[in-house]
Amino acid sequence: MSTYTQEQVNNLVEGTLDWDTTFRMLSMPKDGGRFSMYLTALQKKVTFPDKIVLPLSPHMYIVQSAKTKQWVTKCDCGHEFCGYKENWKLFANIYVRDTPEAMAEVYPLLMAPDTNWQVYREYFCPSCCVLHDVEAPTPWYPVIHDFEPDIETFYKEWVGLPVPEKAA
Amino acid sequence: MNMMTNKEVGFADLLKNGQTLKQFRDDILKRTKETGHYNGLTKLALRDRDPIGYEKLFSKIRGGLVHARETAKKIAASPIVEQEGELCFTLYNAVGDCVLTSTGIIIHCGTMGAAIKYMAENNWEANPGIADGDMFTNNDCAIGNVHPCDIQTIVPVFHEGRLISWVGGVTHVIDTGAVTPGSMSTGQTSRFGDGYMITCRKTGVNDTPLRDWLHESQRSVRTPKYWILDEKTRIAGCHMIRELVHEVIAADGIEAYEAFCYEVIEEGRQGLMMRIKAMTVPGVYRKVAFVDVPYNHEDVGVSSKFAKLDSILHSPVEMTIRANGKWRLDFEGASRWGWHTFNAHHVAFTSGIWVMMCQTLVPTQRINDGAYFATEMHLPKGTWCNPDDRRTGHAYAWHFLVSGWSALWRGLSQGYYSRGYLEEVNAGNANTSNWLQGGGINQDGEIHAVNSFEASSCGTGACAIKDGLNHAAAIWNPEGDMGDIEIWEMAEPLLYLGRTVKANSGGYGKYRGGCGFETLRMVWNSQDWTMFFMGNGYMNSDWGLMGGYPSATGYRFEAHNTGLERRIANGEAIPLGADLDPGKAIYEQSIDATALVKRDKQCMTTEDCYANHDLYLNYLRGGPGFGDPLDRDVAAIANDLNQLFLLPEFAASVYGAVVSKDAKGVYSVDAAKTQSRRAEIRKERIAKSMPTREWMKEERQRIINKHASQAVQHMFATSIALSAKWDKQFRTFWDLPADWQLLETELGVPSYGSKFRMDLSLMPDVRTVVQVEE
Repeated sequence: MSTYTQEQVNNLVEGTLDWDTTFRMLSMPKDGGRFSMYLTALQKKVTFPDKIVLPLSPHMYIVQSAKTKQWVTKCDCGHEFCGYKENWKLFANIYVRDTPEAMAEVYPLLMAPDTNWQVYREYFCPSCCVLHDVEAPTPWYPVIHDFEPDIETFYKEWVGLPVPEKAA
Repeated sequence: MNMMTNKEVGFADLLKNGQTLKQFRDDILKRTKETGHYNGLTKLALRDRDPIGYEKLFSKIRGGLVHARETAKKIAASPIVEQEGELCFTLYNAVGDCVLTSTGIIIHCGTMGAAIKYMAENNWEANPGIADGDMFTNNDCAIGNVHPCDIQTIVPVFHEGRLISWVGGVTHVIDTGAVTPGSMSTGQTSRFGDGYMITCRKTGVNDTPLRDWLHESQRSVRTPKYWILDEKTRIAGCHMIRELVHEVIAADGIEAYEAFCYEVIEEGRQGLMMRIKAMTVPGVYRKVAFVDVPYNHEDVGVSSKFAKLDSILHSPVEMTIRANGKWRLDFEGASRWGWHTFNAHHVAFTSGIWVMMCQTLVPTQRINDGAYFATEMHLPKGTWCNPDDRRTGHAYAWHFLVSGWSALWRGLSQGYYSRGYLEEVNAGNANTSNWLQGGGINQDGEIHAVNSFEASSCGTGACAIKDGLNHAAAIWNPEGDMGDIEIWEMAEPLLYLGRTVKANSGGYGKYRGGCGFETLRMVWNSQDWTMFFMGNGYMNSDWGLMGGYPSATGYRFEAHNTGLERRIANGEAIPLGADLDPGKAIYEQSIDATALVKRDKQCMTTEDCYANHDLYLNYLRGGPGFGDPLDRDVAAIANDLNQLFLLPEFAASVYGAVVSKDAKGVYSVDAAKTQSRRAEIRKERIAKSMPTREWMKEERQRIINKHASQAVQHMFATSIALSAKWDKQFRTFWDLPADWQLLETELGVPSYGSKFRMDLSLMPDVRTVVQVEE
């Protein structure tokens, strides 16, 4: 079983971990303690008081609300989207690149999709406008509900940690 | 002519246990189902009794498989095999389940296994017979091969008169005698035209290829020289491995060898479940991928009018990771197969995901069919990944496979990310194109076909901790090697006028996708030459991850009547190097103004005429990005600019970088001003965006008004027709009126195949082998 220090995991999160250690992380069996250390590293970085339950992406977390103990999906700026089981994208802001002009803002001519075939949907936090996700579907495509984690099973059976309290 | 002996009249008893191969395999499947363990192996007795011996067996066999590949490939003349390494050798147990495989195109673990299972299911042992010294050749996509150009030689292994194993060797050949040249052509619309077809044919006895087979097969392809040496490569490798098996048995005993051939598969099954539990998060993941099939264009010349329509691959996946580490991949809602060469058999799919998974979830030498037994696959019958018609074309099944699998990578990466294994996160694979293909009379005055494998070296997806690799790999062969220019110029009458990184091709993000590259080629010293393009253009097949963008899409550049012969003779300027900004059309500035140029997004074409001094741009795609581009480190942006990985205007518009260039032309990025500019961009985002649910009202109205292109509507129509479940989800999400419907027949394009289809299983005497839930 591999082990790494909290400092190494902090560096991994920052993108500054040395290559030798990164390579070891890639090639050796996975360290079972990573998740705890990961939560520790991230909890230090966020400015909200809520406990991180499951990180979702660089600026988004499922947290246990410090006030209500409900589990909610939250941006690291503090904006709360919705309950953790819902699709946060339905509570986000969207900008759809569905014209050649919109694509030309971000691509050279000929290197963007033809918007008759494919559009780019950019989902932002309504407060800080960080870009959380870019979907690239056809027009008409339903908003995708990307991930529904089974957090209880993960904590209890996979990483052996106590499940954080969850209000209804 | 196959040779029939008395054995074929009666029962062959190859296993010396009174069972046919089919009976033996059925029993294995029964025990597997009843116990949940492969072949009922709830204990791995050999491994437990002698773990060191077990590991030594693994090392010997795996080492031998790799050695056979590395050695045998030197026999081939084809750069596809010899340079790029597009071959693979695999060892199977008696029922065609993969024990171990070499490196290389390991999608074929399952495809050659499917051929063996077909022979078992259809009583090959009675007729034409299976004997020591036989060799069988197969490339039939209707029973599980990926595409016709992957030619498989399959050799049975006997011990003391008893069948104990099989060895398979597969090479990707340059030409398969399809309607148009190259290994993966676009001119055919079905199996009839997809190339030379071989269904588990006995092509050798007593270790010697049969003369009728040699005569017929060699003249069925355009490139017999390469074909002949490819076959020798496969036979040599198979025989090396067969000999290895005999040596292993002599050293370790038949009992140990046979026990290993079953236990290692159960071990593989358990291994996959352990990896899933060790690396991911249980739950449901939903991803989707698309790619364009723009067949309505005038530069797609196909023989069947009913194939002249634009369509789109739809590959939605719902990945369920269970508490016990088993997983289910469900492609409910996928679109229908079509009249093109991009369809895939379900085994190509289920076997193929391991070539992808060995680069992420199970990066282990122990890849074998155990992984198949740990996975539930639902590939609905009638979809592009499980056609219900025996006429489908498969020459470039990868167009759809590569696109579909990019979604799986993103799903797994979500699990890795949430768990903290950031080193494992990858935004996904590039679309492995453009495929440079064509043919005619080459520089040696011979009939020839070309198929560049520069597509083996596309940009890789960005990671959560670093950029993707530039021009490094392909999902179907992670050991990407673009090959030496000098070697390709020997194989292709196409001189290189440039080989450069493709600027702006890697997807934007905090970490960018690896860039692709581009090679400008000039046709030279050929006669009656043709070329065509094959890749994605109107759409992207990969998506960025967690705020990153997809890679750039493809585009096409070709030029005729260039005047280059004269310009070269006179020492005038000629196009060299990169097409740095396709909008600026810089190549056009150094060819004749009267040249015929095609610079557009039609990246699928059929054979067109190319004269000497014509130009063809081979643009190999980049990989997708990770994270909000506004988070990208300014030093990385400056480096991108200075290495021509990024065009300056997009440093500003996408990354918010405030850029300046010094007197020497070196770019730098002002960190403080960039931070301010990025804050402004965030405000601009707020101003131009709207709440998702507001936008949904507008989009819903567009659906009700049927406002979308023909291609988009066609895609939804075929998915809806195939899946009542997906249809319901779609209607429920958009809250569509009950009377809203979308029928192919209302789209004004041909709809052959929408109602009338005939599966291979309906053919006389044919029993198909189904390996997924349908």
